[in-house]
Amino acid sequence: MNTFRGVHDMGGLPAGEVVASEHDFALWEKRVDALMVLLSRKNLLTVDELRRNIESLGADAYDKMSYYERWIYAITQTLIQRGVVSIDELGRRIAEVQARDDGGN
Amino acid sequence: MSEHHHHDESVPHRHPLRADQDDTLTYWRAMEIAVRELLIDKEITTADEVRREVEAMDNRTPAHGGRVIARAWSDPDFRKLLLEDGNAACEAMGLERGLYKLVAVENTDKVHNVVVCTLCSCYPRFLLGLPPDWYKSRNYRSRVISDPRAVLGEFGTVVGDDAVVRVHDSTADMRYLVVPKRPSGTEGFSESKLAELVTRDAMIGVSFARQP
Repeated sequence: MNTFRGVHDMGGLPAGEVVASEHDFALWEKRVDALMVLLSRKNLLTVDELRRNIESLGADAYDKMSYYERWIYAITQTLIQRGVVSIDELGRRIAEVQARDDGGN
Repeated sequence: MSEHHHHDESVPHRHPLRADQDDTLTYWRAMEIAVRELLIDKEITTADEVRREVEAMDNRTPAHGGRVIARAWSDPDFRKLLLEDGNAACEAMGLERGLYKLVAVENTDKVHNVVVCTLCSCYPRFLLGLPPDWYKSRNYRSRVISDPRAVLGEFGTVVGDDAVVRVHDSTADMRYLVVPKRPSGTEGFSESKLAELVTRDAMIGVSFARQP
């Protein structure tokens, strides 16, 4: 294994058979996608920031997280890096959401 | 991970939701809700704007790409434009122009084109909608560039030895669309009838257009 590769840089590496898997996207996944599009349009996120934050995930996290989990992580990191959202207010709001747990709507 | 979610053959047009994610508040789902609410509180966006964006995404389907291909099969001038300037061709059809450069690559008797994004998931979303799980999977991204014929075989697609297989690796700034070969026996078909033969997978290049 080439140690100079990022975990995302997998072209040409050995891997298993392709299974033609797909699923209908859950509403929360579509919302993550929508946030990416809206923040890009408002010049608060570039595709390079999104990718840099995804690609800086450790190999273990990259493989364990689903696609849109990586995206919401990267979007959130970008907003923190830009100072749009603070870590404190984010942490407080996540705790509130978890305490509320009304099914995510 | 996407590899765990197999296509349910008994329900051809609906796919299962990812298990345990639509009804369980995972940490990442809580983060999405928290971030969305904070952006709304800060008046960066509104709930309505997010809803409209989700709707717009639901309206982007491979039918858009199918219309483009059917036009290219029917109109030589349009085909030329599509191959020279994909974005201009989409605009000429009244479709979204797309945010990134669109490169259309044409299948012939001598060349079969396949598209991948080895680094992530770049995809002509404005023409095909959101990419399927397998397109984003480790197995597809790793192997389609080193052993494309075997991967095509896993989709049941056999390209003859007299044709070369070209694999195009998308970038953040450039998206590829495969123009499949027009199926035989479709002379005189209307564009709308032709468009029905153009599948998403044919426009990614992992399969051929449907035979009528």
